[in-house]
Amino acid sequence: MTFRRNVTGYLFVSPFILGFIFWFLIPALIALYLSFHRWNLISEPVFVNFSNWQRLFTDPLLPQALKATVLYTVISVPVGLVLSFGLATLLNNQLPGIGVFRTVFYLPSIIPAVASAALWAWMFNTEFGLVNVIIRGLGGPKIPWLQSPSWALPAIIIISLWNVGGAMIIFLAGLQGIPDIYYEAAEIDGAGRWTKLRHITLPLMSPVIFFNLVIGFINSFQVFIAGYLITDGGPVNATLFLVLYIYRTGFRSLDMGYAAVMSWVLFFILIGLSFLVFRYIGTRVYYETPGEG
Amino acid sequence: MIFPFIWLVSSSLKSQLEIFEYPPNLIPNPPVFQNYVDAMTFRPFPLYFWNSIVIATLNVIAVVTSSSLTAYGFARIRFWGRNFWFGVVIATLLLPNIVTLVPQFVIFTRLGWVNSIAPLTIPLFFGGGAFNVFLLRQFFRTIPEELCDAARIDGCSEFGIYWRIMLPLSRPALITVSIFTFLAAWNDLIGPLVYLRTPETYTVAIGLAQFRGAMTTRWDLQMAAAAIMVLPVIVLFFFAQRYFIRGIVMTGLKG
Repeated sequence: MTFRRNVTGYLFVSPFILGFIFWFLIPALIALYLSFHRWNLISEPVFVNFSNWQRLFTDPLLPQALKATVLYTVISVPVGLVLSFGLATLLNNQLPGIGVFRTVFYLPSIIPAVASAALWAWMFNTEFGLVNVIIRGLGGPKIPWLQSPSWALPAIIIISLWNVGGAMIIFLAGLQGIPDIYYEAAEIDGAGRWTKLRHITLPLMSPVIFFNLVIGFINSFQVFIAGYLITDGGPVNATLFLVLYIYRTGFRSLDMGYAAVMSWVLFFILIGLSFLVFRYIGTRVYYETPGEG
Repeated sequence: MIFPFIWLVSSSLKSQLEIFEYPPNLIPNPPVFQNYVDAMTFRPFPLYFWNSIVIATLNVIAVVTSSSLTAYGFARIRFWGRNFWFGVVIATLLLPNIVTLVPQFVIFTRLGWVNSIAPLTIPLFFGGGAFNVFLLRQFFRTIPEELCDAARIDGCSEFGIYWRIMLPLSRPALITVSIFTFLAAWNDLIGPLVYLRTPETYTVAIGLAQFRGAMTTRWDLQMAAAAIMVLPVIVLFFFAQRYFIRGIVMTGLKG
């Protein structure tokens, strides 16, 4: 019977295992092979030893791509987390019409990124864009959002914050899972708003905060469409994100070897990030039912 | 939050002159509906729509069958090595497709799949995405084991339990997975950008991306094209509103 159960089990999960082998394990090996070759997709791959790997240290664009990606991540993820948490606490009540507000805040996060990029490119237009129209109306300066290396990245971060609704909905679901009785008990003990937030909401929400943090990091490291469509990596490479740089190297410069090397770099960064997040933050997360798998 | 939408619609209905007026008007006078016609005929958008729908539908079929089978195996069958393989699911959950983009391109080139929808659909028949496997497994675990035991006593096979008990009882979860899969396919740019080479195979996302390159000054037409791409998403949202939130609530994030 055990044998039969094993066979049945593996039959059920075989789509995943096959997929893991075909679309992850084998590609990883191919990437390793490519990283030691020069290949432009057309002629035969040429063995170049470690030269692609050495290029990592002399390539002036890679630090730029890392800087843009890291800056984008360390600003947009924490700010997005605070905003989405704040919104969720505000919208976590039973007032009439609250559903409309939830919809309004959630909707931008399901808009196709290509459409959102077109819209925001227009909104940030220096001469006629609505953002500058409003700033100038309030007596502010005309900001060259997408033409200036120092404003393009902030513009793309602002666009990313338009999408906090996805994280907000997850927070909202978490908040609704906290039994009212905890708050009622705290109120009897004379706890104020801040105390309740600090000692009930935050500890009970820590798994959800953790989840949103990890997802936020992983998503923001993959930022591509905004840089590709709105600024094309510019100006002066200020928005040349890592994925955009890999895409350009592989599919525009047809340098598959170096693109494979950079894919490995991205892979190591994501593994490292996940590890750090789990090691240092994951252990502080409060779980109501420890050991539940 | 909603204002950029209003601005999108407003800009899409303005004449070429009015769109560059300062200060701008919120309500176009007169509204130029012709912009939508021009946007749809500038490139074969109806064809792109059809291509996007075909890809998205195939993705939904692939993901629902593949991830539900896998999730059932992880949720209900105690086989040797189950924890190891579920660990692999969690690990790949954290690894985005992007890291394998370059080597996968090599595989699909060798298989002769480039310039067809195969690279954008066939891989999803294998596994269907770690997140979906995780979500469905969590959901399956909430269905009482006694139901399955009763069926087993009556001589039902594991596949029969999956097919006749699990799937019908999991409709909300399967609909949630379908909706998010459809949206992901509709929104995807990097996949079509890499694999689709001839205009007959393009998706709406590529069509709009090309629009931006070719029509930088025609903001009115660009906004109309963007509105056309957003419309199906909004319609889907209003029809399936409760599933957007349900999927997250019912899964729980603790496990």
